[in-house]
Amino acid sequence: MSVYEKFGFPEVTAEAAKGMGLSASEFDGVKKLLGRMPNYIELGVISSMYSEHCSYKSSRIHLAKFPTTAPWVVQGPGENAGIIEVDDEGLCVCFKVESHNHPSFIEPFQGAATGVGGILRDVFTMGARPVAAMNSLRFGKLDKPKNRQIFEGVVAGISHYGNCFGVPTVGGEVYFNSCYDGNPLVNAFALGVVQKENIYLAKAEGLGNPVIYVGAKTGRDGIHGATMASEEFNENSESKRPNVQIGDPFKEKLLLEACLELMKTDYIVGIQDMGAAGLTSSSFEMASKSGSGVRLDLDMVPMREKGMNPYEIMLSESQERMLMVAKKGYEDKVKAIFDKWDLDAVVIGEVTNDGYVRLFWDGEEVAALEAAPLADEAPKYNRPYVRGEYMDELQRLPKVESPSNLQKVLEDLLANETIASKRWVWNQYDHMVRVGTVQLPGSDAAVIRLNESEKGIAISSDCNSRYCLLNPYEGGKAAIAESARNVAVSGARPRAFTNCLNFGNPEKPDIMWQFVSAVEGMAEAAKVLETPAISGNVSLYNETEGKPIHPTPTIVMVGVFDDVTKRIGSYFTSMESAVYLLGENTGYIGGSEYLASVHGYERGDAPEVDLEREKNIIDFMCDAADKRLVKAAHDVSEGGLAVALCEMCFGGENVGVNIKLESGIRSDALLFGENHGRVILEIDVNNAQAITDLAEKYNLPISKIGRTCSGLIEIANKSDKVISAKVADLEKIWKNSIGDRMK
Amino acid sequence: MKAGVVVFPGSNCDHDCYHVLKHVIGAETVFLWHKDTDLQGVDLVVFPGGFSYGDYLRCGAIAKFSPIVSEVIKFAENGGHVLGICNGFQVLTESGLLPGALMRNRGLKFKCEYVNLRVDNSDTPYTNMYADGEVIRIPIAHADGNYYIDEEGMKELEENNQIVFRYCDDNGTAEDDSNPNGSLGNIAGIINKKGNVLGMMPHPERCAEGIMETRDGYFLFESIAKFIGGCK
Repeated sequence: MSVYEKFGFPEVTAEAAKGMGLSASEFDGVKKLLGRMPNYIELGVISSMYSEHCSYKSSRIHLAKFPTTAPWVVQGPGENAGIIEVDDEGLCVCFKVESHNHPSFIEPFQGAATGVGGILRDVFTMGARPVAAMNSLRFGKLDKPKNRQIFEGVVAGISHYGNCFGVPTVGGEVYFNSCYDGNPLVNAFALGVVQKENIYLAKAEGLGNPVIYVGAKTGRDGIHGATMASEEFNENSESKRPNVQIGDPFKEKLLLEACLELMKTDYIVGIQDMGAAGLTSSSFEMASKSGSGVRLDLDMVPMREKGMNPYEIMLSESQERMLMVAKKGYEDKVKAIFDKWDLDAVVIGEVTNDGYVRLFWDGEEVAALEAAPLADEAPKYNRPYVRGEYMDELQRLPKVESPSNLQKVLEDLLANETIASKRWVWNQYDHMVRVGTVQLPGSDAAVIRLNESEKGIAISSDCNSRYCLLNPYEGGKAAIAESARNVAVSGARPRAFTNCLNFGNPEKPDIMWQFVSAVEGMAEAAKVLETPAISGNVSLYNETEGKPIHPTPTIVMVGVFDDVTKRIGSYFTSMESAVYLLGENTGYIGGSEYLASVHGYERGDAPEVDLEREKNIIDFMCDAADKRLVKAAHDVSEGGLAVALCEMCFGGENVGVNIKLESGIRSDALLFGENHGRVILEIDVNNAQAITDLAEKYNLPISKIGRTCSGLIEIANKSDKVISAKVADLEKIWKNSIGDRMK
Repeated sequence: MKAGVVVFPGSNCDHDCYHVLKHVIGAETVFLWHKDTDLQGVDLVVFPGGFSYGDYLRCGAIAKFSPIVSEVIKFAENGGHVLGICNGFQVLTESGLLPGALMRNRGLKFKCEYVNLRVDNSDTPYTNMYADGEVIRIPIAHADGNYYIDEEGMKELEENNQIVFRYCDDNGTAEDDSNPNGSLGNIAGIINKKGNVLGMMPHPERCAEGIMETRDGYFLFESIAKFIGGCK
């Protein structure tokens, strides 16, 4: 009896193809490409490869606009993760951010946990040991119980996976906006360290070399996960819970150690993790990248459940699995290493040379597909895009009255969950394991020393999605500029970024316009700031019941230190220092948190980014760090100048600040406006001349706006005392806000 | 001093302890694999933090059946020095080298932060560089650090001066406000009656260098290195 009769696969029809996410025209294209009707297993494989998640079919032509090269870029987009060189002795860091939005909505704990697991595998597949993790998270407002439940579950899932695996989760960002009510965003980032000569790639080379399956056994979890991640949500999404994978961080820790031990030998040729679309995408990618071919005996795959069929095995997204190609004759040596770590390592096939991926079951060929056309020539769409008619109305800045009590406004902003301390979150993450975290969470960027040396990196994750809604081009620029500024403010030179582009349904022209505009804005900023994109991921169809999220292109920027002792923290360090403002207050409140949360308007054009100015700020900060002129620095972002000043006082040392401004701008706009290009600096009074000289060198406006003091936050504009409060009182509001809401 | 850091599957502070012992303290240091039975002539065995055997069943519960732990138990009985940090402390209570048990934190969540510790006994091989009553800052990172022991056991701990560290406030007062996990008597670390086996939830290896938030953990390693002798 043939396999097809044995398993009773349904007939292949246009209807069946549609059920797997293939459109009618894509199905026709498949028939044309093959010159025949695909069988059911092949159809499953193709539909996964063609899913938005795997093929980037709506985004590919636009992603080509990003700069991707620089002298320090070792590996750009196209591999599991990108790599940059940190010094001239081959020390490299490997990093990527990836979305796990859809699974995290359906099952927050496992969805977020497996997001972390997936990104860690992407990094150690390249031969790098993960040394830092981060997350960019977006939820609906915490007054809704459902949002609290998702928030709680996601944070617990990240904590569960990262802590057990033993990677420090060193920071990230958490935003709250009702646009994420039905569609939270969970973007997981990981970074690893690797020596340039030890990098591994996804290759299937060498005729007759064994293909080895390692790691956890294959179960039925996550089947068609990639397809699910390429659809909008509706009331039936809950029924897709079985599509969410289950993670085992302990297994992954063992897999990490076994893989890194193996990679020190010369037994293997290439390695690829089984992520989205599992065995399907790993085998096709390895075969197509090498121009070889692969034969797989699917009945040899270690299975967790009885009665699994070849279709399920190819599409399972069970976690903690890798596919590798070893040198012929080294099978037993590879197995010995995995035995040591109590993991499966099974030869399930071999490398061929006919360009095909051929799947066998009990010796019978059950599918045969040419690898390269499927992997490289998946559909590519230039979807129509047009600026939404609603944009004019959105960009019109409403007139608002200044509230009479600005101190009350400040208190409300400090309690606002987007601005309030994220301590409740990062207290649940082990952020210190591996003794590399030399800047604890809460600062503008996380700072990690590498290999217990003085070399180090700074990492910052940023995206203000409100700006991206109001002006996707400027918002895209801002995401790059702010992340680079945060890295520079901590004293490091921004070098490259990875991104996760979270948008709504690309088949809607106004959403596609958001996407194209944001990408173009990011690309422009990346060129000027000399920070190429080296890896990334696109998550589309982030809509529930037809309501899209704000466009959210998350950026994670990585910068480099030659000496981490030059790092700059963002809390004031001592009393009687001078406080300077680098940049200028313009009083622009469009798109601000103040306008949104106090007045209820998500309106007004986004603040404009002057990229030349931003570049100068980066150069200034790197130079100042080098000369050790700055005691503390913090960029001005959500909540404006007043919030930034307060945040600098919240380091637990009860250092306050006394600010005297001389501005003609209306007080509310002066305190809470969010125009770009501003950094607050704490400077030793003896360095006053040096810092103003340095600002002049980089053609930047700088002004002394006050001094640090003991225990009080006082802000005056001319003769108008606007804020006068105890540090301890404001700090308490800011520090406890999220924890109190989650009780 | 020659030190050995045990590696269980799931240990994740093994490299950190190795780094501090070898590079910061200057002790000859080796890894001890959980399936091995040879302690390689070490003077100090460290059970590091992490999630040994995935913390399945109960933290530290499976580790006690590993070949290496049987050897370490004999080693300790013969007076060898054993330090258990975090998950290592859990292994020590599970394997009976230290009394009491570590339960889920009272807040039910994993907690990672710097805490104050009061040194209640500086007359041990691990704390001789500290002063009695000194307040030090060392980070914790655990979900199961809520120390429990029955009344009789507690009496014994106190009578024998076996409580080495307690969670406290800035002034050294050990009360409920400064208790991060619900531990009985704010206990953060204890030593056995013989004085050769120390278990503690906080991570001294995470603050043993000048670049860290504090350097208070350094002196614990320095204490034991001096006590045993033979380091640079």
